[in-house]
Amino acid sequence: MSRYLIGRIGQAVIVLWAAFTVSFILLQALPGDAILIKFLNPELGLGPEQIADIRASYAVDTPIWTQYAHSLGNFLTGNFGYSVHAGVPVSHVLLANLPSTLRLATFGFLIAALLAVAISFLSTLIGFSWIRAVIQSLPALFISVPVFWLGIMLIQIFSFQLKLIPVINPGEWEALILPVAALALPISAPLAQVLMRNIDHVLTEPFVAVARAKGATRSWVLWRHVTRNALLPTLTIAGILFGELLAGAVVTEAVFGLNGIGSVTQQAVGNQDIAVLQAIVVFSATAFVIINLVVDLLYPVFDPRLRSKREASA
Amino acid sequence: MTTFDTTERTLLQPEGGFLGKVSAALPFRRQAEAKSWSHRLKGAQIGLVLAWFMIAIAILWAVFPELFTSHSGTVGVAGTQLRAPSAAHWLGTDALGRDVFARIIYGAVNSLSGAFVSVTVGLLFGTALGLIAGSVRGMIGDVIMRIVDVLLSIPNLLLSLTIIILLGFGTINAAIAVGITSVASFARLARSEVVRVRNSDYVEAAFGSGGTFGRVLLRHILPNSLTSVIALAALQFGSAILAISTLGFLGYGAPPPTPEWGLLIAEGRNYIARAWWLTAVPGFVVILVVLSANRISQSFGKVRT
Amino acid sequence: MTLAPDLAAPPARALDTPVLEIDNLVLAYKDDEAFHPVVHGVSFQVRPGEVVALVGESGSGKTTTAQAVIGLLAENGRLESGAIRLNGTDISTWSRRQLDAIRGSKISLIPQDPTSSLNPVKTIGDQVGEILKIHGRGDKKAIEARVIELLARVGLSRPELRARQYPHELSGGMRQRVLIAIAIALEPALIIADEPTSALDVTVQKRILDLIDDLRREFGTAVLLVTHDLGVAADRSNHLVVLQGGRIQEQGPTAQVLAAPRSPYTRKLLTDAPSLTKAQRPSKGKSTSAASDEYSIVVEDLVQDFSLGSGREKFRAVDGVSFKVRKGSTHAIVGESGSGKTTTARSVVAFQKPTSGRILVDGIDVTTLHGESLRQFRKKIQLVYQNPFGSLDPLQSVFQIIEEPLLNFGQIARKDRARKVHDILGRVGLPQSVLTRKPRALSGGQRQRVAIARALVLDPQVLVLDEAVSALDVTVQAQILNLLDELQQVLGLTYLFISHDLAVVRQISDTVSVLRNGRLVDSGTVEDVFLRPGSEYTRELIEAIPGTKTLSHA
Repeated sequence: MSRYLIGRIGQAVIVLWAAFTVSFILLQALPGDAILIKFLNPELGLGPEQIADIRASYAVDTPIWTQYAHSLGNFLTGNFGYSVHAGVPVSHVLLANLPSTLRLATFGFLIAALLAVAISFLSTLIGFSWIRAVIQSLPALFISVPVFWLGIMLIQIFSFQLKLIPVINPGEWEALILPVAALALPISAPLAQVLMRNIDHVLTEPFVAVARAKGATRSWVLWRHVTRNALLPTLTIAGILFGELLAGAVVTEAVFGLNGIGSVTQQAVGNQDIAVLQAIVVFSATAFVIINLVVDLLYPVFDPRLRSKREASA
Repeated sequence: MTTFDTTERTLLQPEGGFLGKVSAALPFRRQAEAKSWSHRLKGAQIGLVLAWFMIAIAILWAVFPELFTSHSGTVGVAGTQLRAPSAAHWLGTDALGRDVFARIIYGAVNSLSGAFVSVTVGLLFGTALGLIAGSVRGMIGDVIMRIVDVLLSIPNLLLSLTIIILLGFGTINAAIAVGITSVASFARLARSEVVRVRNSDYVEAAFGSGGTFGRVLLRHILPNSLTSVIALAALQFGSAILAISTLGFLGYGAPPPTPEWGLLIAEGRNYIARAWWLTAVPGFVVILVVLSANRISQSFGKVRT
Repeated sequence: MTLAPDLAAPPARALDTPVLEIDNLVLAYKDDEAFHPVVHGVSFQVRPGEVVALVGESGSGKTTTAQAVIGLLAENGRLESGAIRLNGTDISTWSRRQLDAIRGSKISLIPQDPTSSLNPVKTIGDQVGEILKIHGRGDKKAIEARVIELLARVGLSRPELRARQYPHELSGGMRQRVLIAIAIALEPALIIADEPTSALDVTVQKRILDLIDDLRREFGTAVLLVTHDLGVAADRSNHLVVLQGGRIQEQGPTAQVLAAPRSPYTRKLLTDAPSLTKAQRPSKGKSTSAASDEYSIVVEDLVQDFSLGSGREKFRAVDGVSFKVRKGSTHAIVGESGSGKTTTARSVVAFQKPTSGRILVDGIDVTTLHGESLRQFRKKIQLVYQNPFGSLDPLQSVFQIIEEPLLNFGQIARKDRARKVHDILGRVGLPQSVLTRKPRALSGGQRQRVAIARALVLDPQVLVLDEAVSALDVTVQAQILNLLDELQQVLGLTYLFISHDLAVVRQISDTVSVLRNGRLVDSGTVEDVFLRPGSEYTRELIEAIPGTKTLSHA
């Protein structure tokens, strides 16, 4: 087990290092000294000492290799550089905005998961063929809807037409309802599609027929045999879903005018705030890698077949 | 002389062992539907025909926009601002008095060519990488797949934003950025398909009957692995339209007054209280085109991603 | 042998009500808009304690009939007319709820494929206990105790441990025992055994069938045995129902049907089933002397290691195997799964480099070949695969498939190639009309003929047949075996025949090597090996061939 764990963590570290390097090459190496010109902008109101500090933190006067090593060292110690736009350390910007995005993403994910489970199980259980056909075609529809458009439509319908949710000064939780809905709907689609495919597949497994032959009812078979086997493979798309959530947050926050990592990202792109963008890229790659690592390590807990395999290979 | 096999003619009956059939026999309705596939085919075919029809219309819009509308896509008419849909303006007008229907039609070329560019980028680079990784064993293949892993670890939107910062704003740059984000999925699919086909008996049999590597690759491996890749390309066409319109909405795509679909929605957003048609209609068009692309992708077979 | 008295005196049929009575059953599947009947008016009875075998090839309707009995007919299938009476009550009109109550308790199922018939994420104990739980037999503790009891009853060692284990930790035979434990848990009146041993090795098959026999006698349960294997049916049933194309061709007491079949189809099945024909093919036996003294294949001390995973651990698949095959003769390599027979075959056709040892094909040392010399060598020896569905490129036409090897070697004019393809197609007994078709438009037997044609188009001297007839129905199998026989006589081919089926091997080969766990345990002429087996294992294998009981009694 430990050998497997070490190998797997080593792999994750390599991917992270590569992600950092790619973002460094894309973002920092090319613009070079140009970004520093922005810091000299008097509007930022930075004193000469601070500018010297920033220059040192980027190691601008040294060759690119040294800059790279320096930058990597900084990232490892949690120093992500300065935001050009805000003139404060990037880590401050991120920390200030993380909680609201986390809240949005968490609720978005929960609703998406619920919706996906509801769609996939209802489409299996419901007997009326036309209702079933409608339910089954929902994911294909959801996946084709632009998130930003959906957000605008939700505002139009629920705030302007039905006047259910106030546009100005809604309550803290009230303000979350529409963004979460806009975020969750498209994300539920791939999840529901994977689930539906898995359920279909598991239903054709001979062990399901054996369970039926034991006298088990349809719902008994569905809950006790199909569910766990069908849910297991969906874990593999957890990492991809995280990426979708983050992208969804960027768009949702833009539409609803919320603060968070998404709006920070959007501003960073608009302001060419390289340091912020690189930090976000590396941060999300880290989250992606950690999620996949956790999923990999959790798999044997849910699937006994992997337990002995891993033990054997370790 | 041996006789032609007469006893092995199969009936119009689902074959397989008892359990294959029993499981199909489960009173879960979806199974039953899957069984009577030919019955379903008819309903499904109508959807497919409609999907091709929608894509054909969109392509015609892109190529001959003037055939579909007499209005301009960029120049507004004074005094006709924010008109609701009417006989003169089927889908109403925007804040500058421009016909919304005309803007959607003239916008098709931006969205479709953008999607086309990004699918081409992903298809060419991704498939090439996947083919190499799948057919050349050893170091090179491993290195390629690790690079693909890194690309996958960065969320698509972030990756495309990063590339856009590098390339600058604009429709084509946004398209290239979206294309690069799909390189990883094309590479993965192409590799897994090549590996699957490579391990098949018929490829071994082709080597066994004296086939050289190049011949077997061209005759068997490529044709058999490309079906899925093409299906992914169609699927990717839909997601590229979505991604490009998202970038347009965020303001990183085509600059105004270009009638790009995402930008249309962004512009209409300021008038949601007064002019619903400005946002609603372009959105429906995007959904229809994306749905159609996905449906067409499905008809190429199941994509395993 | 213990079975003999039972078979000789089946329960007095006229006295008691049948456990199961199928009366003029018509079953149909929906296709397009209409229902197409696939079972046309089938009637038979199963009496208490009796074994009725439902025998037929694929498409015969045997499985569909069995499904209807247990109420698990496909949703697009339906009962058109007729009755299914269980202990005198017609259950064909029952609701799902009513059927749920008798499934498992009155009728149970032993499925075909033990590897996928158990839920991989639940323990064995849970899955055996489930049937008791569904039917409300006792509290948790009582169920646990009963599970252990059942696992012990079906002959599993350390039942307490087994109950805690997961399916993947058990062998195929053990899993089938678990499934039998489930089937007998509530002592049902009728067990439907659907090809219960088709996926198992022959020695395991015998033990499983013996177990089912024992339990049946102990509980007095009736068994409806669905099988494609006439040998199994002959050994294990009192009453035989022969189905073809959804119609009963013939039924009656097993011994009677076997001794004096009335329908031509049954007669054909009986002559085609290798396990029920003791005679070798006429061309065999004699051909041993007719074959030249030259050896076409010589394998000396073949060793093949595979590395396990990334580690340095090695798995020895073949361990010091040697044999020689005379030109123009058939040599069989037999063994159960994991015996190394396929690995040996793949080394002979040079698809893998042996770890050590020598392989001479037509005097050429195969192990030294590489690159162009290996490619040229391919002309001499060809492999025919087990699965004709996987060995033909789905995108190619039959013409392209057969033509391809010719394109690989040299400049043959298009006209000559076409003629060669046409010739070879006639040789394997296929009409010219199939040339433009794709493999999916062909039947299994036709595909295997195409695969043989492709193998022969380069005029090789040696054909390696890797389970080449195992996936085919018995009558088709007989046709392909006839074809191979004929081709050997006309073209003087040497065959290396890989098979798990001793009955087929006995019929068609001149010499045999018996492998077990990678080692050679027996070899010699067919006559020597089958009549005077040199090892205990070979003897066990031969005794396990289904159909032998009947023959020894007949």
